Amino acid sequence: MKYIDEFRTGTLAQKIAAKIASEVSLQRDYHFMEFCGGHTHAISRFGIIDLLPENVHMIHGPGCPVCVLPIGRVENAIRLTQTPRLILCSYSDMLRIPTASGMSLLKAKAQGADVRIVYSSSDAIKIAQKNPQHQVVFFAIGFETTTPPTAVAIRQAQALGLNNFTVFCNHVLTPSAISHILQSAEVRQLGIVPLDGFIGPAHVSVVIGSQPYKYFAEEFQKPVVIAGFEPLDVMQAILMLIHQINTGRAEVENEFTRAVLPTGNIKAQELVAEIFELRRIFEWRGLGLVPYSALKIKSCYADFDAEQRFQIPTLSIADNKACECGAILRGVKRPQDCKIFGTVCTPENPIGSCMVSSEGACAAHYSYGRFRERNHSSMKEN
Amino acid sequence: MLMCLAIPACVEQLINENYAIVNLGGIRKEISLALVEDIVPGDYVIVHVGFALQKLDQTEAERTLAMFAEISAPNKENI
Ligand code: SF4
Repeated sequence: MKYIDEFRTGTLAQKIAAKIASEVSLQRDYHFMEFCGGHTHAISRFGIIDLLPENVHMIHGPGCPVCVLPIGRVENAIRLTQTPRLILCSYSDMLRIPTASGMSLLKAKAQGADVRIVYSSSDAIKIAQKNPQHQVVFFAIGFETTTPPTAVAIRQAQALGLNNFTVFCNHVLTPSAISHILQSAEVRQLGIVPLDGFIGPAHVSVVIGSQPYKYFAEEFQKPVVIAGFEPLDVMQAILMLIHQINTGRAEVENEFTRAVLPTGNIKAQELVAEIFELRRIFEWRGLGLVPYSALKIKSCYADFDAEQRFQIPTLSIADNKACECGAILRGVKRPQDCKIFGTVCTPENPIGSCMVSSEGACAAHYSYGRFRERNHSSMKEN
Repeated sequence: MLMCLAIPACVEQLINENYAIVNLGGIRKEISLALVEDIVPGDYVIVHVGFALQKLDQTEAERTLAMFAEISAPNKENI
């Protein structure tokens, strides 16, 4: 497919790899976090680690929306499905996230709850139109990429005068999560690996632009290179990060100029700003409570807010004891460090959320990288 | 489903102001144009959960590919 295949050319990947090998300093190590699950997926799927020198280490970040959703919110959704005449709609991966007791939306559905998989927020609107006697709740999750589509749905519901459509909003913000990783004392106590730079998200940046990352580059002296999701994009971004480090720079650079503007998509940002506001605090799996890191629906749109219409208590539920998702999401551990990785926990029977979505570090590693055990010894807690 | 993965797709036909049919490697799909502006058939858009998130800048895409092609084999000896 055009604009995909050209960015996957193996010969070019080898050339960029050779360039990287020629530029790395052998006197040091390079630790780069790919924030976004899409990059984690690409790195595993295309075997990018195998093309990198031994001293370049990629650390998976928390940018998998399914993985960072705390179990309490999944439990809330499962309990909501017990409401009579209620249809809960969500993206497919959400159905498979297991709670501590092994329950999931998929199991609730098997037991008779009306849970429906939607591809798009507009499908949820159609379901609400077709089922006026039912309450339809859209269980919304995701980073800045999925938030504008949720905003469009709320606007549509308002325009159509739907009084049976609400959104259970769990949208989270990328920049706050990056800051938290860099500066939170709690995260440091829990252990964090050294980070020399970030590969900035592709499609999140399509929406928010490259400007929001300036703060990290300046405040924390960490280079950020925004990269597209294809393997050549990721390789090129790694090369650009190495360049910056070798020349002592910490800037925001954009490799994904074909889709990311400095200001992003302003139409989408305005729509989001009209409908959502910041939550004072929100729990993330792996990162704990992160201030100003999530969105809620503004009170003027309360009619479309599931948290206003239904009783949704704040539940804080610990993960399964064996599951290392928390440490993996902070970049401290790797999937193969989990004792039940690939044995008890598999994509068919996920125990933790990192095994659910193909963007999750465990699922990506299970599908593509199980036999690559390199770099293991260099990862350590500090 | 990949939550954050979005792919470039060619706009084949506008249905009305807010919807279009895109071609995703042979599969035709209706998407919303509510988040973008000034889209015409032949444009490539980044599609995510049924929405076009941005128009793909074809000139910039060519420029990036040209940059990859220019990366020459290393001249420094590598150990
Ligand atoms: S392998 Fe499964 S249980 Fe282990 S950390 Fe990953 S998701 Fe959690």
